[in-house]
Amino acid sequence: MCLGVPVKIIEITEDKNSAICEYQGVRRKVNIRFVPDVKIGDYVILHAGFAIQKVEEKSAHQIYELLNQIERSQ
Amino acid sequence: MEIYRAGIPSLISGNIKLISGPGCPVCVTSENYVDMAISYLNEGYNILTFGDMFRVPGSKGSLETEGSGKVKIIYSPDEALEFAEENCDKKIILLAVGFETTAPLFASILKEIRNRKITNLYLLCSLKLIPPAIEYLLSSGEVKIDGFLLPGHVSAIIGTKQFQKICRQYKIPGVVSGFEPQDILESIFMLLLILEKKEEYLKIQYARVVKEEGNPLALKEIEDVFEMTDADWRGIGSLKNSGLKIRKEFQDYDIQVVHPIRVKSQPINPQCKCGEVLKGIISPRDCPLFGKLCSPQTPQGPCMVSSEGACAAIYKYGRE
Amino acid sequence: MRLSTNMVENKITLSHGSGLQATKKLIQEIFLKHLGDEILLSLQDSAIINVEKEKLAFTIDSYTVNPLFFPSSDIGKLAIYGTINDLAVMGAKPMFISLGFIIEEGLDIATLEKIAISIKEAKNRAKVEIVAGDTKVVEKGKCDGVYITSSGIGVQILDSFPFLNSIVPGDKVIINGTIGEHELAVLLARGEFKFQADIRSDCQPLWEIIEKLLHNCPGIKFMRDATRGGIGGVLNELAEQINYGIQIYEDKIPVREEVKGICDILGFDYLFLANEGKFIAIVEESQAQKVIEIMKDSGYPLASIIGEVRKEFSQKVKLQTIKGGDRILDFPYGSQFPRIC
Repeated sequence: MCLGVPVKIIEITEDKNSAICEYQGVRRKVNIRFVPDVKIGDYVILHAGFAIQKVEEKSAHQIYELLNQIERSQ
Repeated sequence: MEIYRAGIPSLISGNIKLISGPGCPVCVTSENYVDMAISYLNEGYNILTFGDMFRVPGSKGSLETEGSGKVKIIYSPDEALEFAEENCDKKIILLAVGFETTAPLFASILKEIRNRKITNLYLLCSLKLIPPAIEYLLSSGEVKIDGFLLPGHVSAIIGTKQFQKICRQYKIPGVVSGFEPQDILESIFMLLLILEKKEEYLKIQYARVVKEEGNPLALKEIEDVFEMTDADWRGIGSLKNSGLKIRKEFQDYDIQVVHPIRVKSQPINPQCKCGEVLKGIISPRDCPLFGKLCSPQTPQGPCMVSSEGACAAIYKYGRE
Repeated sequence: MRLSTNMVENKITLSHGSGLQATKKLIQEIFLKHLGDEILLSLQDSAIINVEKEKLAFTIDSYTVNPLFFPSSDIGKLAIYGTINDLAVMGAKPMFISLGFIIEEGLDIATLEKIAISIKEAKNRAKVEIVAGDTKVVEKGKCDGVYITSSGIGVQILDSFPFLNSIVPGDKVIINGTIGEHELAVLLARGEFKFQADIRSDCQPLWEIIEKLLHNCPGIKFMRDATRGGIGGVLNELAEQINYGIQIYEDKIPVREEVKGICDILGFDYLFLANEGKFIAIVEESQAQKVIEIMKDSGYPLASIIGEVRKEFSQKVKLQTIKGGDRILDFPYGSQFPRIC
């Protein structure tokens, strides 16, 4: 639910209210008023034309940590 | 819906049952709202809407059957501003349906309408809030669930404190989940671990996007423009403080204030069990109308029309 | 007038033009009910008619695309290639076309000429003759620039094709290339939803490759071009006509990144998006690899085996997802719209 897709910021407009974002070769102007401190190269979640939150880089899914926990406890 | 599109039920063990709750803003929008939108069409308004609402049935038809060229589907509310400015001769209503994920967008649009002095664009608001609905389900004692997969993008906006409070109060764990198949599987796994260790709390699987405090800017935007109100949830009834309405300062753009319309609505089919499906009490297959009178071609209730609806998902993806 | 239909709606909606369930219902309840005879009821892409010793294929299609010009194609090319492809997938060599034009008052004549030149290029490439035509003009606002109706005649080179009754479990499902591009190219060209992407229509004539395949691969049992409704629509319709099921694999389906990208953002399923240069072939297992090699040698480098006919279930299409999960690929009611949920 609440379709949201992680897109990359490739350009920020002069008025700093919008950014051009790219996702798999698709581009759109996105409203960034809710994530005003984004920089080029950052990823944001795109929902209906707006960036609703920044995507933090997380190198691994937690599942690997969880699986390691299980292994260690056995 | 992603759960069914990715075929996840076929990947998990049979003793884990996934139930759809009221996680779909289209499903829970009342018939009355659709009837009102159609009435505004008949009064000469044009309607702009997300695609989700296009086939949702009201008492007599949907925007698709009654729209005839005056309903335009948009991807983003930002398209409404341009459309209104390019069509000054038209009176236009933007349907504001969604949960907390989408509410800040409509708040921002209302501010822009005012800034740009647009005088032919209004909102018909039916925005809803998720935590009151979850609390209602648990407090009614009707639902037997062991854990929640909580909405990742709603949480990206509102944070996790409200869900944490509910999980602790009712001692039912929740995991805030992302939407990729691996997110969902990981979240189910995390829930099982919490249940096994008998911990009762909330964990965030979708940590790359969800912070405990949510998005304060988005929350402020909502607060600036909307206030809480009681709201009608299809299949559930009226829930206190579970919806948003436009504040007085922006009432010039609230079509229900500018041009109030009273519409009396009939529920679609008294045998429709959407309400119980939404509460997770029964599965779509338990509804007497499922697959017989009720299908995506002839939906009796929104659970079958909405692409996110529990009944549509089972009909399309899980039907054997 | 009292109507005798089983249709639920009483007004035409855009869903009735989607090529999906709603279209099927309209055709059955209104047209076949009153007009259906043996040939029409077979619901093939072209009708096969015995004329003395020849088997003629005869088809018709209408083109209402808006805008008239879009990346890599236009309404003129579409009107030729779309119609000849309906003949080609029936194993018929396209020969003659007739064109009817409905033109909106106020259209630039230069635009009409541009379309006529495009039609000429297409008919030359496809090696067909345009033998009849008609034009009408309607008042401004009564159509989108121009509508074209195109009917085509061909001669069937393979008697009784397609061989639906000979389709058996194990037969392979083949597509000649990437999917979903035509419908998205038109959408983007309309400026809908304000996206930019390098997606072009795949509009092209298919008789050359089909003729080569029919001459060299006796194991081809069925073909259909995947226009409105996409490959999902074709496979669902086929599954309903045979006694078996069809299994396809998401990771085998050729699709461009940009198409997946738009679909992820808007919530579309690319399996149901229209193509104008792609066809599904059902091929005997032992011949499938040969079909792929011929396609690849003929300018279709991404031709792929995407699934097979199965006996474990019937009249359904199943999709194995990239993550390994299984689901039914159901026939949608009408066209897809961007969704937030």
